[in-house]
Amino acid sequence: MTRIPLSALIGLFFTGVYFFTAVFAGLIAPYGVADIVGGVWEPASSQFLLGTDSIGRDLLSRMIYGGRTTILIATAATLLSFVTGSLLGFTAAVVGGWVDQLLSRGVDLVMAIPTLIFALIVLSVMPVSIPVLILVMGLLDATRVFRLSRAVAVDIAVMDFVEAARLRGEARGWVIFHEILPNALSPLVAEMGLRFIFMVLFISTLSFLGLGVQPPLADWGGIVKENKDGIVYGVGAALAPAVAIATLAISVNLVADWVLNRTTSLKGGRNG
Amino acid sequence: MAETLLDVRNLKIAATVYPPGEKPHDIEIVHGVSFTLEKGKVLGLIGESGAGKSTIGLSSMAYGRGGVRISGGQVLLNGRDILAGSEADLRGLRGREVTYVAQSAAAAFNPAKRLMEQVIEATLKHGRASRSEARARAVRLFRKLGLPNPETFGDRYPHQVSGGQLQRAMTAMALCPEPDLVVFDEPTTALDVTTQIDVLAAIKEAIHATGVAALYITHDLAVVAQVADHIMVLRNSAMVEYGETRQIIEAPREDYTRALVSVRSIEHEEKRPTPEPLLKVENLTARYRGTDFDVLKNVSVELHPGQTLAVVGESGSGKSTLARAITGLLPPSAGRIGFAGRVLSPQMMDRTRDDLRELQMIYQMADVAMNPRHTVGKIIGRPLEFYFGLKGAAKRRRVIELLDEIELGEKFIDRYPAELSGGQKQRVCIARALAAKPKMIICDEVTSALDPLVADGILKLLLALQRIEGVALLFITHDLATVRAIADAIAVMYRGQVVRYGTKSEVLTPPFDDYTDLLLSSVPELQLGWLEQVIAHRKMESAGG
Amino acid sequence: MTHPIVRLLTQRIALGLLLLLAASAMIFAGTQILPGDVAQSILGQSATPEALANLRAELGLNEPAIQRYFRWLGAALHGDLGTALTNGQDIATAMGKRLGNTLFLATCAAVIAVPTAILLGLIAVRYEGRWPDKLISGLTLSTVSVPEFLLGYIAMFLLAVKVAAFPSVATIYEGMGFFEKLRVVGLPVLVLVLVVLGHMMRMTRAAILNVMQSAYIETAELKGLRPFQIIARHAFPNAIAPIVNVVMLNLAYLVVGVVVVEVVFIYPGMGQYLVDHVAKRDVPVVQACGLVFATVYIGLNMLADVIAILANPRLRHPK
Repeated sequence: MTRIPLSALIGLFFTGVYFFTAVFAGLIAPYGVADIVGGVWEPASSQFLLGTDSIGRDLLSRMIYGGRTTILIATAATLLSFVTGSLLGFTAAVVGGWVDQLLSRGVDLVMAIPTLIFALIVLSVMPVSIPVLILVMGLLDATRVFRLSRAVAVDIAVMDFVEAARLRGEARGWVIFHEILPNALSPLVAEMGLRFIFMVLFISTLSFLGLGVQPPLADWGGIVKENKDGIVYGVGAALAPAVAIATLAISVNLVADWVLNRTTSLKGGRNG
Repeated sequence: MAETLLDVRNLKIAATVYPPGEKPHDIEIVHGVSFTLEKGKVLGLIGESGAGKSTIGLSSMAYGRGGVRISGGQVLLNGRDILAGSEADLRGLRGREVTYVAQSAAAAFNPAKRLMEQVIEATLKHGRASRSEARARAVRLFRKLGLPNPETFGDRYPHQVSGGQLQRAMTAMALCPEPDLVVFDEPTTALDVTTQIDVLAAIKEAIHATGVAALYITHDLAVVAQVADHIMVLRNSAMVEYGETRQIIEAPREDYTRALVSVRSIEHEEKRPTPEPLLKVENLTARYRGTDFDVLKNVSVELHPGQTLAVVGESGSGKSTLARAITGLLPPSAGRIGFAGRVLSPQMMDRTRDDLRELQMIYQMADVAMNPRHTVGKIIGRPLEFYFGLKGAAKRRRVIELLDEIELGEKFIDRYPAELSGGQKQRVCIARALAAKPKMIICDEVTSALDPLVADGILKLLLALQRIEGVALLFITHDLATVRAIADAIAVMYRGQVVRYGTKSEVLTPPFDDYTDLLLSSVPELQLGWLEQVIAHRKMESAGG
Repeated sequence: MTHPIVRLLTQRIALGLLLLLAASAMIFAGTQILPGDVAQSILGQSATPEALANLRAELGLNEPAIQRYFRWLGAALHGDLGTALTNGQDIATAMGKRLGNTLFLATCAAVIAVPTAILLGLIAVRYEGRWPDKLISGLTLSTVSVPEFLLGYIAMFLLAVKVAAFPSVATIYEGMGFFEKLRVVGLPVLVLVLVVLGHMMRMTRAAILNVMQSAYIETAELKGLRPFQIIARHAFPNAIAPIVNVVMLNLAYLVVGVVVVEVVFIYPGMGQYLVDHVAKRDVPVVQACGLVFATVYIGLNMLADVIAILANPRLRHPK
């Protein structure tokens, strides 16, 4: 049994804490998400561990509920982007020909416009609701997953063992699921971590710009927006999400690194 | 009294390994090797891949490649211990007293700089000559090494000249600073056999003309026998035998050396053609999509049941393309492929499952021919399941039978490819092909990535299996020694065409066509003076013709 | 026979123009998807069907989308980006000044970020695996793990509020002196630098490391060259193309970063203009801004490829 390195343990611990808090937000948060329980921008105290926000709500509770929204949207968008992107990417790589050309050129086109700008354009006409946000973010990001999974699959598809399977007469599905997928898994899993972080940053940015999660629902980007005016008075409430986002991002990064190393070593070939 | 140039004493080399999930630690990759080299002499280092040859060669420059360190012993060059030297001392030594010729000159030259600048760089850096003198010296070396247009050759960029020319240019680069010692690290291994002989002759002549000493590293005993005064045989990171070249090849003392010398001495009696060929390739022409050049032109060959047809040629001759065309991976534009009394459809997709089953393939690189995430049992078991519907215990029984046939045995069934040696991997690939009960197996350079003794074992196994199973082999190779050992019939290919075809005895008996003559005479033979004979013979012929 | 480089460059530039055309179609199409249209946006959900129909006719919305696209594109090519729905202003005029402001901001950031990133990348490579490398990598990892707007507020909190080194908002107006302008944009520039520095430094480091692993670097070492000579003479000429590529990609990234940073510092540039009008659902402005951003982005990517082609010795000196 291989030892889990310390960095991965730390990453796993914090990632776990964040997801746990997200799921059980209602049980953990000391106050309700929209309850006005104190004065405006009260400093941290034993009653309000992080102080209160711009209209007197408990900041810690807002952060916990906000984490739930942010993580939920980011997770859903990551899954959508992964399923769509990798399925299309593998298909393009294995089928080749005009299917590959069509998909690849389409993706080139979507990626020719910066993701945030594209999202803003679409959101200028779409209603800003959580399903729409997940859809827009997931589909736009699927282009990156497509490129990666296609590249990985193309590398594997030219290997002799894939040719051997084709020469044996194996069906396309068998080739994808038995020959290509097991070898493509490790880079994809690592990428999944990076995509998730990107989604967290993305949804936070949209909410901050006022084009993401709408009040009274809390999310980390929105908390910054609500409390940003306090900055000039020296009130740091708007910076709380920075700590949360940064620790989550770094933790997920550490886990992704470890997964990548572990799955690579299972294969053995690279270290032989 | 000859002067000692290089004196290596009890050299130990360690490398740091990073096994996943464990702490990085050091392993010893050379266990105490000692030898001396006199001025102006050539020492050949020979051994299988991983025997530590290159590492020992580079130690004469006190250089360790990627995480490799010299962990013990002494290396005395001109009487002083270079391992004790500072970085600055070593910089003064490298490129001046000792220079290096790499296996792949194509990678060793900087693609962004002209050849001349790179060839004279070390000479200038060490102040061995002025720029104009160095250039003149380089041009002389280009001429001596037989490079075309020596005056202007240096103005070119590395990608503008051929592989053989680059290898010579690298030799010129190594000789330009007039060093005491040149380390040649497999300088001809990456070249085609007909190019190799010219480069080899050029290197040998340059060594003699300049009087430089050399360490010549190779895995090919016949090659090193042509250039070396002494030979050191290495195995498993230790010295096996050291002696004069004549003694090593004519009277080896150790078993391992004897095995190396007698390699490819497989006895195989040529079988006569049967009335009905198994494979009948007629006028096959093929090209890759998007090109306007036929890589196969009107190729016709036959393979008889239970026999071996060797397809020989250099890189670019179309021999591997022939295999792809026969398997249907590259549908030919013209011609037909008859197999077991029927005509195979050109597209692999249109072939029946029996067509596919009866025609199996084994690849050159066994590492990439097996899915690294499947166990040996799954790799061999899949064709059994796919073609014969075998499952569970019946499948396992058959897999074990096959493992016994390839002399590996049941204990390998749960291993992953990464846990196998090169030879074992190739055996598993053979078992996978046999599992389909094929009538014919295409072997595409199956031994060329293997060390000679291991390759020998694979060839013996294939011949034995052919006797037992009666399977026909289409054997694609660039190695004529292999051909002599196993073929019943031979097709020589050159630029997409079959230039000579017949039974082994017909093809290998004179008179030859020009290309076959060139090819046959270029294969290094384990005999002193062979190189000089061939070169002299060629000079005579070109003078006569 | 034309030089292959000319042919490749022509191809690449043609591809860029084609991509731009397709991108303009995408931007246009992106604003045509569900559920409302411009008329609905202007009049709101409670509008009467008659009013909607009238406005649609007035705006030409009854024509097929294809026709409207070509009309829009044709006008845009002549510098006419239409008028804003919300205030009826000419978009091109409103945008002109803002584009200048944004370019000023982005240029300041690039001038600082590019040399710093390359220098840090070189230092990280020189001390690969040792503490300077780890320190640089660690610091840049943390800057890329925080979104731009938060970096902005952190910088504001520390440097404008706690230490009053810079003004907290970056208001600039006409007639402002150049140096005064520089002081005002100090914070947004700093944030933009931090945002791109991380990516640019990491990619530069990877690009140089990749070159340093080449066999010809070993050849140079075995010639007895000093580490500095090896990097300058052998690694650098081969690293130019990848580094330029990295720089261009990150400048393109800067284009996006600028949007958010402008909002944070209330800087009168393109980004703020875009975000404001997305919230107001002012489709013509959003389209126009999208087109400008896409042009800059595609242009930079194209430039990266062009430089990579020019720097490739195999292409410059064909066989």
